[in-house]
Amino acid sequence: MNEDIKQIVPVEERQLKNHASLRQTISNSLTMAHRAILKMRRTPEQFFDVTLQPILFTLMFTYIFGGAIAGSVKSYLPIIIPGILIQTVILTSQVTGTQLRDDMDKGVFNRFKAMPIARISPLTGALLADTIRYGIATTLTFAMGYIMGFRPAGGIGMVIAAGLLIIFAAWCVSWIFALFGVVARNAQSVQGISLLVLFPLTFLSNAFVPVNTLPGWMQAFVKVNPVSYLVSAVRELVNNSSIGHDFWISLLGVVVIALIFAPLTLRAYMRKA
Amino acid sequence: MKSAVNAVEARGLVKVFGDNRAVDGVDLDVPAGSIYGVLGPNGAGKSTTINMLATLLKPDGGHAKVFGYDIVKEAQIVRQLVGVTGQDASVDETLSAFENLTIFARLLGLNRTDAKKKAAKLLKEFGLAETARRPLSKFSGGMRRKLDLAASMIAQPPLIFLDEPTTGLDPRTRNQMWDTIRRMVSTGSTVLLTTQYLDEADQLADRIAVIDRGKVVAEGTPAQLKASVGIASLQLKLANEKDNAKALEIVQKSLKAKAQAPEINLITAPMADPEKVTDLLVALRHAGVGLAEVSVQEPTLDEVFLTLTGHTAEDQTKKKRNGK
Repeated sequence: MNEDIKQIVPVEERQLKNHASLRQTISNSLTMAHRAILKMRRTPEQFFDVTLQPILFTLMFTYIFGGAIAGSVKSYLPIIIPGILIQTVILTSQVTGTQLRDDMDKGVFNRFKAMPIARISPLTGALLADTIRYGIATTLTFAMGYIMGFRPAGGIGMVIAAGLLIIFAAWCVSWIFALFGVVARNAQSVQGISLLVLFPLTFLSNAFVPVNTLPGWMQAFVKVNPVSYLVSAVRELVNNSSIGHDFWISLLGVVVIALIFAPLTLRAYMRKA
Repeated sequence: MKSAVNAVEARGLVKVFGDNRAVDGVDLDVPAGSIYGVLGPNGAGKSTTINMLATLLKPDGGHAKVFGYDIVKEAQIVRQLVGVTGQDASVDETLSAFENLTIFARLLGLNRTDAKKKAAKLLKEFGLAETARRPLSKFSGGMRRKLDLAASMIAQPPLIFLDEPTTGLDPRTRNQMWDTIRRMVSTGSTVLLTTQYLDEADQLADRIAVIDRGKVVAEGTPAQLKASVGIASLQLKLANEKDNAKALEIVQKSLKAKAQAPEINLITAPMADPEKVTDLLVALRHAGVGLAEVSVQEPTLDEVFLTLTGHTAEDQTKKKRNGK
């Protein structure tokens, strides 16, 4: 028998509490985020969407639409880069849902559920770790734009500010997909519903074309779509260094999304966890 | 450290899946510091019972306490007192053994350095040190099971649930697992394990509950249970089938029991007193009866079931697929 196996601490001498404190919740969430990052590193194919997509989309859309919409590729860049950026990052945020579902179906989730940890931490940890993916997508899109000749008038400071706004927005939006992830039967169906929501949301916006070229009924939707405000806000930031009402409306929009979907997700999650 | 409180005290636990009463009024009393075996065929409700006690499932009826704490109202406390190792390894496939244990240890509140130390120590203890950094996809079923058990040991919980800890393991790994389980109890833990094998329950458990179709049908020490089921039977395979009648007579006379010849060269007889087998073998030698094989058949789970429930221990999963 091993010498260093001590007697266990008897039940009466243990400090037991029936609720996880806020401190424990934060610490557990950080550990879960750490775990998610370790997993990302193990499965590099998870990064395909945040690495290849920004490069591919930026190249494709700029050269396809540049001449037709803005006259030249060069003059299209200030319009299209914020558009692609937001489309890519928001599209990336749906992965949160599929991965969450995948994770919840794995055996390890049973262990988490049986452990005295904050119940919410696997969820918060996953959402936290995903901001890294948004960061990568943002950086790559700006870098790709730079290579193609995009020189934002606002300078590096404004680009960083815009990047942070986008990452925060994607984080808020990812709660929608987290909800799908929690309630859906399997990862495939999560992806299905998510794309159904995402395509109209990202394409029916001012991301790629001027709004006045659209039919009236579509303009109506585009004008209330928070993605449009986000795109405008980013354009203003990086091209004119200004924080206008688009910035505040988009910020309000994504916060409202988070305020609606975070409690719904949490409730659905706690019922299952 | 004697505790008057039972490690587990369950009264009338019920879990219903659809129209299937997977667990149908289970009572259990597990004394602290013992190994308690829950014996039953597939789909009898063993895993569901454990999942309820480990707070993974909410019971639909009845109540249970773990060291005096209610499994529903004080679930988070119960989680601080139990470790669970299920049938499917609950570890992260994409991470290494070391990373898995470190993360679990961090979640349990250990700081970075302590978590790493703990992980390394457990991996060494469970003989996984050499493969600690390799991804789990390369692990065998036995290694996975060991890692799973190691993960349950991080917090050194006073109560450990093991759901069929040796199902599907080769005999050598099974023996290692048994040693590990005994070692846990020697440090003061209580172990509640489920098994489909009577000999496993017999080898390990201080007390056994036999569970069938969601109900406890018998409870007691292994000796009590076996006594209730009957005794081992002696089986003699004859070298020459012409000796059958002569051998049958000698067996009945020596063992003073009714023997049977289910096949032309096979004789079986209840073996109440192993001492008499010596006399029997000598008598057979004198009579010139050659033996091809001598074996002793312990009562099997099938016989236990037949005796206790009146039906055989057929696999109940087909009917109760969602009972897991």
